Amino acid sequence: MAITAGIKDATAIAGIGQTAFARQLPESERTLACRAILAALDDAGIAPAEVDALASFTMEETDEVEVAKALGLGDLTFFSKVGYGGGGSCATVAHLAAAIASGQATVGVAWRSRKRGSGPRPWKNTAVQLPTPAQWTRPFGLLRPADEIAMLTRRHMHEYGTTRDHLFNVALACRNRANQNPAAIMYDRPLTREMYMTSRWISEPLCLFDNCLETDGALACVVVSAERARDCRRTPVYIHSAAQGLPAQHHGMVNYWNDDPLTGPAWTAARHLWKHADFTPEDVQVAQIYDAFTALIPLSLEGYGFCGRGEGGAFTEGGALEIGGRLPMNTGGGGLSEAYVHGFNLITEGVRQLRGTSTAQVPGAGTCLVTAGEGVPTSALLLRN
Amino acid sequence: MLTPVVDDDGAPFWGYAAQGELRVQTCADCEEPRFPPRPCCPHCQSFASEWRQVSGRGRVWSYVVPHPPLLPEYAELAPYNVILVELADAPRIRLVGNLVTGPDAPLNSLSPDRIRIGARVQVVFSGDGLPQWMLERP
Repeated sequence: MAITAGIKDATAIAGIGQTAFARQLPESERTLACRAILAALDDAGIAPAEVDALASFTMEETDEVEVAKALGLGDLTFFSKVGYGGGGSCATVAHLAAAIASGQATVGVAWRSRKRGSGPRPWKNTAVQLPTPAQWTRPFGLLRPADEIAMLTRRHMHEYGTTRDHLFNVALACRNRANQNPAAIMYDRPLTREMYMTSRWISEPLCLFDNCLETDGALACVVVSAERARDCRRTPVYIHSAAQGLPAQHHGMVNYWNDDPLTGPAWTAARHLWKHADFTPEDVQVAQIYDAFTALIPLSLEGYGFCGRGEGGAFTEGGALEIGGRLPMNTGGGGLSEAYVHGFNLITEGVRQLRGTSTAQVPGAGTCLVTAGEGVPTSALLLRN
Repeated sequence: MLTPVVDDDGAPFWGYAAQGELRVQTCADCEEPRFPPRPCCPHCQSFASEWRQVSGRGRVWSYVVPHPPLLPEYAELAPYNVILVELADAPRIRLVGNLVTGPDAPLNSLSPDRIRIGARVQVVFSGDGLPQWMLERP
């Protein structure tokens, strides 16, 4: 037996689809899931009966049986669900890529459908234990993901001089791109520094605009072999490298009990991602970085190697994250300003950039990093065209 | 207010806390402390552990000040502080807690502008067995 070739460029995203995004959509999560998946299959020009693999999040409420029987999918030979909320977004695509590259399936669909805008806030349910060691945190009033990440944010500010202006740079870049994207919830609502600096606190040092939107919506993408993708309707977007990351002694969003809480799962995912890639962070022309909170961007920029440890705040200066800057990011507006659907819209926007069809197109973009949630067991994709 | 939803591994911590003692699970073989408590030592894989008392002194590693929307009883106290205390005896163990003016004082009893990263703190215990923290030099 020959050594396996791995998944590098063996598969591609051939189709993407989505519903509208809104604070409240009338249809059910199941219906929205079906609409997004059909849109993605139509985009690829692949019939539902050809689908033989599915991947989604453990937090996805619509299961494979419901999706498959509603849409008339074929016999499924691979189905997978990834845990840890937004940390699983890129991993859904990675699992399909691995399954298809290894011959376990031929046409895979990954999706996420969520009514987070009109549904309840997960942290308000005190009966269900969130995937964090809640007995050590919640009685003391550390209740929400925003509180947990604010703790790391304050320490990053203390150690490295990261400022609220740095976090504003992140919020502004996302909002500016949303203002170019008619599908974005914040399409017609510009953000100013004054609005940011005078907004209400959510968990100091994080303010309202450091937090993502609360959105109803669904998205999907279709993964096939590279060979098949070249026969599809759209420019193939190749999955060049993919990784998951759960560092040794990691504790989830309350990663407080190890040597270095500021070295999160991004660092682990990044080492694997770059080890299997033919290019480096310097070659990445556009990035879609998971942005449930602005503070995840400095941490991710450091973890994925765009700057040194502690330099993530300073990296955002001088318009670095804007179109024309060093690393244009979240070009559809991201979770902060387009829609928060557990980061799946970052994957579809990465595909648009490499097709040349983004509403905020980076001229000639040929490589894109997409990341999942930092601060929880995570995942990432390097895409190229 | 939420009370700890205790699991088997965490139960000894809360049992000692109810007696006014801060104890940390420590490997009985390699003597490495670990937190949160778990069945097996990640350093030497031993299942033998003991609960060692620590001095209860530490330093503020970071802190946040939550504002609404929060669960109703916490919203009534907001803005309050939540601190992360690096234990003097085991620096990699950082306990979440509240900096208060005295035992049983509420989460919002100390003004957030009194809090500094690096400040020395000392554990005290509330009547219902929750560890709380006071500034060593108020």
